[in-house]
Amino acid sequence: MHPLGEKYLRKNALPLLWCPGCGNGTILNATVRAIENLGIRDRLALVGGIGCSGWIPVYIDADTLHVLHGRAIPFATGLKMSDPNRKVIVFSGDGDCLGIGGNHFIHGARRNIDITVIMVHNQIYGMTGGQVAPTTPTASKTKTSPYGNPEMPFNGCELARASGATYVARWTTAHPRQLSKAIAEAIDHQGFSFVEVLTQCPTQAGRVIHGTADPAKLLDMIKANTISANAAKDKSAEELAGKFLIGTLHHDTQRPEFAGYYYEKIHKAAAAN
Amino acid sequence: MGQEVNNEKVKILQGNEAIVEAAVAAGCRFFAGYPITPASEVAETMAQRLPQVGGVFMQMEDEIASICATIGASFGGLKACTASSGPGISLKQEGVGYASAVEAPIVVINVMRGGPATGMPTAVGQQDIMQAKYGSHGDYEIIALMPSSCQEAFDLTYKAFELSEHYRVPVYVLSDEIVGHTREKVRIPANLSPVERKKPAKENFQPYKAQANGLLDGMPGFNEGYRLLIDGQLHDEQGNRAAHLPDVCARLTERLCRKISDHADQLVDIESSYLEDAEIIVVSFGSPSRPSLRAVKDARAKGIKAGYLKLRIIWPFPETKLVELTAGARTLIVPELNIGRVVNEVKRAVGGQKEVVGLSKLGGLLHTPGEIQAEIERRAQACTR
Ligand SMILES: Cc1ncc(C[n+]2csc(CCOP(=O)(O)OP(=O)(O)O)c2C)c(N)n1
Ligand code: SF4
Ligand SMILES: [Mg+2]
Repeated sequence: MHPLGEKYLRKNALPLLWCPGCGNGTILNATVRAIENLGIRDRLALVGGIGCSGWIPVYIDADTLHVLHGRAIPFATGLKMSDPNRKVIVFSGDGDCLGIGGNHFIHGARRNIDITVIMVHNQIYGMTGGQVAPTTPTASKTKTSPYGNPEMPFNGCELARASGATYVARWTTAHPRQLSKAIAEAIDHQGFSFVEVLTQCPTQAGRVIHGTADPAKLLDMIKANTISANAAKDKSAEELAGKFLIGTLHHDTQRPEFAGYYYEKIHKAAAAN
Repeated sequence: MGQEVNNEKVKILQGNEAIVEAAVAAGCRFFAGYPITPASEVAETMAQRLPQVGGVFMQMEDEIASICATIGASFGGLKACTASSGPGISLKQEGVGYASAVEAPIVVINVMRGGPATGMPTAVGQQDIMQAKYGSHGDYEIIALMPSSCQEAFDLTYKAFELSEHYRVPVYVLSDEIVGHTREKVRIPANLSPVERKKPAKENFQPYKAQANGLLDGMPGFNEGYRLLIDGQLHDEQGNRAAHLPDVCARLTERLCRKISDHADQLVDIESSYLEDAEIIVVSFGSPSRPSLRAVKDARAKGIKAGYLKLRIIWPFPETKLVELTAGARTLIVPELNIGRVVNEVKRAVGGQKEVVGLSKLGGLLHTPGEIQAEIERRAQACTR
């Protein structure tokens, strides 16, 4: 086993339950590297939603809460507010975060509470077997959109930013180094930070939407669908149509963070009592 | 506002406020909720009081978020509580099941109103007693206490925190609109110490290794060096998923239920009077207890051998003790503010050995003492005829 795996993997939880070629392993790897670089293992509180992606924190040997479908952010809120020194990281699928958990997501961002949300965007409900997700492209055929998805997909990063998140980045599993760096930045950021990861799900999204279960081909498709936020600045709307911007999309260090702000009030109220 | 007499503070409190004072005294330092009548004063008072003692109040985006944050805070190291009524309690049910499965000590206050759906927002009911026990999916057990006065709202809320820590289980305080909105004298003992949260030993630590009595020994917290894995999926003693292991799943499900049902005898909290020679006993709980006691006294004054019981813990149902206490009686009357739910538990407990009569009242009004007394008299006459 790689020394980082030796150090950080929860051995008795192995083997990983993911399909071969799944992007979740890359995200696990990028997260562990970020944690190692920040040296914050003992302050970590990890929370996983329900879905294939919700299992990422189960494999990290720290304190982990594997919760209910869609509810990772409220559980994380309780963990953060019971000890504001914690570094709380949520792992949530695109269905978990933007579908069933959408309301918690926008309110977490609105509060600007110091939680990092890593959203695994695989365009599908993976764990339940390939049903349409809030991120599935319009017209895509899935198990529950057999005539083509009639709905428009959410843009998670724009939703996060509009709701008040103060760090927003998007990367892909084809960019593992940049992804790890963004995760570290997000954890380090004081406020609600959101990292969206475009990733391959060979078994469900691959077969059901893209007609291939080959991870290399799927990664090529992801790369072809993205453009760096910097490069996009000089491009026309037509050139950018259907493309996902990647990079740090928003970083605001000015807005007060919720836990710090509220704890100041608490200390004052307690002192006056 | 309060005055101190003989090591106790006497305050005039609303039932909902009494709950908050008890929670603060028990050491509750986290509350998450969402406004709803008739429970809103619990949240409002928490918002005021918790910061004064260094605690956190949060108004969340809904009741689902509220119970999830409460469970998060419990594993985060704080004694934690949420409160709601009717529709909000329904939204919390998935969270109650999660707390049961991961054995999170939390207290859930339900200030009951009446009716399904939006129901009767400002009127009393006891229609959620079965929901408290069965509201979430799957097999699990909880504990539920039912106050009938502001004093009991205080005493039983404090007790709810003790029980939730000891049994590592969600504990309901099933208060109601009348208790919640009544103002009366509450005696608060001055030397009440916070409920202790015991920490498990770190040597050979396994988060879900139970003792012989089925209970977990203490409550670990995040960032205390345990490297916890807490999972709502059925798990082994290490916390690892076990959905593919029938024996492990069966053992855990059975333990989650039996850690409460096996201790039912320790979980009895019944008040009684006039039982000795009683032929007709009113079995009461929550708000109807008060007109029940009045009715029993008035019936006694008329020479009827009436008796009175008040069940302060409703779940687990105190079957054995109830049978024992009512052994000499011929008739049991069960007044309740619902279609007639607990009456069936009473029937089941006494097993056809005596007459069990329901006195159900719907519509948001409490029984009058006269209504209960009339039923006592009817039963007394039926027997002398
Ligand atoms: C309340 C509730 N509804 C539905 C489910 C079933 N369920 C489990 S995972 C999942 C979807 C997961 O999709 P996503 O969040 O995108 O995660 P992925 O598996 O794709 O990583 C669903 C619907 C559930 N566990 N709980
Ligand atoms: S179904 Fe998709 S997301 Fe889930 S483990 Fe398999 S490849 Fe990964
Ligand atoms: Mg998904």
